[in-house]
Amino acid sequence: MAARTLVNLPKTAKRGQVIEIKTLVSHMMETGFRHDNVGAVIPRDIVTDFVCTYNDAEIFRATLYPAIAANPFITFHTVATESGTITFKWTGDNGFDAEASAHIAVE
Amino acid sequence: MNGPAGHIVVVTLLLCTPPAVAADIPLDQRRSSYADMTPENKAMQDEDSSNPGMLAVLDGGALWNAKAGALGKSCADCHGDAAESMKGVAARFPAFNQSGGRPIDLEQRINLSRTQDQKAQPLAFESKEMLALSAYVAMQSRGEPIAQFDDPRLKPFLDQGRGLFNERQGQINLSCAQCHDDNWGKHLAGNVVPQGHPNGYPIYRLEWQSLGSLQRRLRNCMIGMRAEPYPYGALENVEMELFLMWRARGIKMETPGVRP
Repeated sequence: MAARTLVNLPKTAKRGQVIEIKTLVSHMMETGFRHDNVGAVIPRDIVTDFVCTYNDAEIFRATLYPAIAANPFITFHTVATESGTITFKWTGDNGFDAEASAHIAVE
Repeated sequence: MNGPAGHIVVVTLLLCTPPAVAADIPLDQRRSSYADMTPENKAMQDEDSSNPGMLAVLDGGALWNAKAGALGKSCADCHGDAAESMKGVAARFPAFNQSGGRPIDLEQRINLSRTQDQKAQPLAFESKEMLALSAYVAMQSRGEPIAQFDDPRLKPFLDQGRGLFNERQGQINLSCAQCHDDNWGKHLAGNVVPQGHPNGYPIYRLEWQSLGSLQRRLRNCMIGMRAEPYPYGALENVEMELFLMWRARGIKMETPGVRP
């Protein structure tokens, strides 16, 4: 099953308003430090990068590490400057790639 | 009272004191374990976009509509819109299964539909697919009160479940009731002992970093008690599930619950 994403931000905002953005992505975040039942290392499989763009301008970026829990929940704030599309992109080990976007109307 | 004789009297008196009998929690005091969570945990559950259980619900919705098995039928082909057809269903499980002559839980009911009506392979307990589908079905009962479980055919199984709940077991000789009836609201190490109601299953447990079924939780508790857990699907697990649901009758469903 493909990765699932959930994003939450206001549909409308006033120009200059600080808005909260919440994001969730389904990923097991396998640390690479665990062993299976015969002692073999379970290879690392994590989300490594998260980028948020607002009308194609990057506004937030995060690098993720093995200590981050499964299904990473990232929330942050930005200033609503103009109407448009906010896009979220997660990339990681083994070619992991997930994307979500939401529209915001700024008045 | 000094000397050995005095001590013997005291010891005898202690031995004569009736053991603290697990009393049922009065119905008006029964509450979801949600009440024992931190504000942060509650916030995670309250908002669908921050509840990681909802990721599995999205998968479950896709599975509901996916054709499966030799007959190429989806759940939706028979049951239609789950928001209507599955509303309140999870609040009534485990339910008596006539052909098997025993109660079955929601997961087993899903597999019955798969094997009989879709001619598909049953899904393994705790598989990603089973958790997703059961979360999707159970979420349709969110806000619905847990049923009364007054089907007389369930009675002997419910009584068995009550027995298992009250029975001391394992290396530390502990019963479920000693924590969840007698000492709820107090602390076990740093954690609040909840009443242990099954109204949010499958739950997203932060400790597991994944969704898990009620049977997983029961096995988890039994391992903690150093008792031998019953295998997935065992009648004993279903009897305990049944007793726990009856014990939680009237409490509103919260699936997918988030728990610490």
